[in-house]
Amino acid sequence: MLTISNLHARIEEKEILRGINLEIKPGEVHAIMGPNGSGKSTLASVLAGREDYEVTEGSVTFNGKDLLDLAPEKRAAEGIFLAFQYPVEIPGVTTINFLKTALNEIRKYNGQEPLDAAQFLKRMKEKAKLVKIDDALLKRSLNEGFSGGEKKRNEIFQMAMLEPTLGLLDETDSGLDIDALRIVAEGVNQLRDEKRSFVVVTHYQRLLDYIVPDFVHVLYKGRIVKSGTKELALELEEKGYDWIKNEVDALEVA
Amino acid sequence: MSSIENKDGANLKAELIADFQTSQAVLNGKSALPVHQLRSEAMKSFDKLGFPTIRHEEWKYSNVSNLVKQTFDFHTKTDFNQTDLEKIPLPHLTGNVLYFINGVYNAELSQIATPESKLQVLPFSVALAQQPELIEGYFGKYANYETDAFTALNTALSNDGVVVKVADNKVVEEPIILRFIADARTANVGSQPRNLIVVGQNSQVKIAEAYRTVGDEAAFVNTVTEIIVGESAMVDYYKVQNESDKSYHIGTTQVYQKGRSYFYAATATLNGGFVRNNLNVVLDGEHIESHLYGLYVPNGKQHVDNHTLVDHQKPNCESNELYKGILMDKSTGVFNGKIFVREDAQKTNAYQNCRNVVTSDEATMNTKPQLEIWADDVKCSHGTTTGQLNDEAIFYMQSRGIPKKEAIRLQLLAFAQDVVTQIKIDSIREYIEELILEKLEAAR
Repeated sequence: MLTISNLHARIEEKEILRGINLEIKPGEVHAIMGPNGSGKSTLASVLAGREDYEVTEGSVTFNGKDLLDLAPEKRAAEGIFLAFQYPVEIPGVTTINFLKTALNEIRKYNGQEPLDAAQFLKRMKEKAKLVKIDDALLKRSLNEGFSGGEKKRNEIFQMAMLEPTLGLLDETDSGLDIDALRIVAEGVNQLRDEKRSFVVVTHYQRLLDYIVPDFVHVLYKGRIVKSGTKELALELEEKGYDWIKNEVDALEVA
Repeated sequence: MSSIENKDGANLKAELIADFQTSQAVLNGKSALPVHQLRSEAMKSFDKLGFPTIRHEEWKYSNVSNLVKQTFDFHTKTDFNQTDLEKIPLPHLTGNVLYFINGVYNAELSQIATPESKLQVLPFSVALAQQPELIEGYFGKYANYETDAFTALNTALSNDGVVVKVADNKVVEEPIILRFIADARTANVGSQPRNLIVVGQNSQVKIAEAYRTVGDEAAFVNTVTEIIVGESAMVDYYKVQNESDKSYHIGTTQVYQKGRSYFYAATATLNGGFVRNNLNVVLDGEHIESHLYGLYVPNGKQHVDNHTLVDHQKPNCESNELYKGILMDKSTGVFNGKIFVREDAQKTNAYQNCRNVVTSDEATMNTKPQLEIWADDVKCSHGTTTGQLNDEAIFYMQSRGIPKKEAIRLQLLAFAQDVVTQIKIDSIREYIEELILEKLEAAR
């Protein structure tokens, strides 16, 4: 589904991704972990098409298409969804209207008819239950005045509405208390199926207790320096990142 | 009259002074009437003041030198008719709709829906010629012709417009919509509409002024509206401008509020080559509320200047002001907001906010809040912001599948909504929404 080969990316003069290789198959959940500044969020942003980053080398193909060649909205229409670490407040645009526009743009791209009001509302009610998000919240301006937890739940709600095939969760757990974390994780788990894959970017192992990954990768200095299964996450939780840093730094010196 | 110096403005000024002398000659002995005395005074004042230059503090960013170099015909005959009107629709208009073509009332196109027991409507020209006593106590008593050259000019020379009187204790359900159309199809045209709106105590009314140009020649519209809001009365006032790039619009709306009254204004400038709006509100009583909203979306080389003055003269009043601008291309904008809180005006709450989005490197916005406070127990605040589009918000929308252009459009529309939703005459609000959409569409 997604193949990342030797991906290099920089912001201004600073190289952040320095050769990422990763293969994701349908239905898999990959966790990307790593110390602060390792490039985790950059990877998610580059995949979603954030303009601030410049890809200098390598390639990304998504369902056979050259992803890096597509504008962010086309990536979304192809089935990629980025749940933001810091969801943006957009005054004056209600979540409902925003999603109606987004959903119908995606449908248009894929040659589908727009949903009518009744179909849209039905889907909305259904998906709002997934993350226990209040109807009243959805009638308000997008994320405006929402608590941190509400914003993150709204991200997962939007993901449920747009039904992507690849969900990128960028530190969705940051700033969430344990109850909110559970709700968000349950929402994600209900969206898991054999066709839909996830990349879960997180600093801490806690989220992975709830969203159990198939693979865990450790990112450091812009490269994947270790890959494993969920046990690797537990090991990181216990031992921290220093032992990996030391290993890598030792190799670099040598 | 003093001699005309050879400087910018000589053409137009000389033309206007000659115009005034002609109009005096046909007064047939009525020149002694107070109304005509006042017009004479105003003309003297204009002669003395002359057109402002950018050295004048109030005109620092709005240069009228191109305007005053030109000449305009203030007496153009126009055959503008129903067929022409259908080409510039303002859909779903209901209520009292009055048309002024080149500033002159057109009875054929107009309709008056409200019974006379509630609402008296007559052309300003009729009031001036036949019933000067109707306007004597008000006309020129509020809009200051001694310091403002354009107001002086209008006071001296305006020949039509409307006089609206709402009786006491009446709710006028039907809106009053004044459409001013400058017909510049054959020549440079000038018009100086003059409106007087007197709202009796405890009455309610909604009024809109809509300005429009047709044709490709230049148009100069110099308009003055005086609004007197009686005790406990409620007035909604909307000004909508959709004028050509070759038009010059200079307008003053002078509002006088009595105790416990409520005044709600929204000024929406969609198009116009050179626009200057003065909105002056005097709060002369206690427990008055004044709300001033503004929206401007200039593109190309359009210039929009909003000057507001909120003058708190008595205690326990509240004013609230929000102006928003979207500036595209090489357009320029000015916001100058004055708030006076007089010594007597304790317990005043006065708020002012001006927010702008500049979508191009070549557009310019000048903002200047001016608070002068002589009372010591007041709450006042002001703020201005001028920024770019929010890139992060645009990326956020794109990441949900919304194309970039659509994301920008959504963001700007949302930005304008705060002001647009204040307009409570549906047809006018929808018209404005339509024009904004058109304009943002053109920006693609």
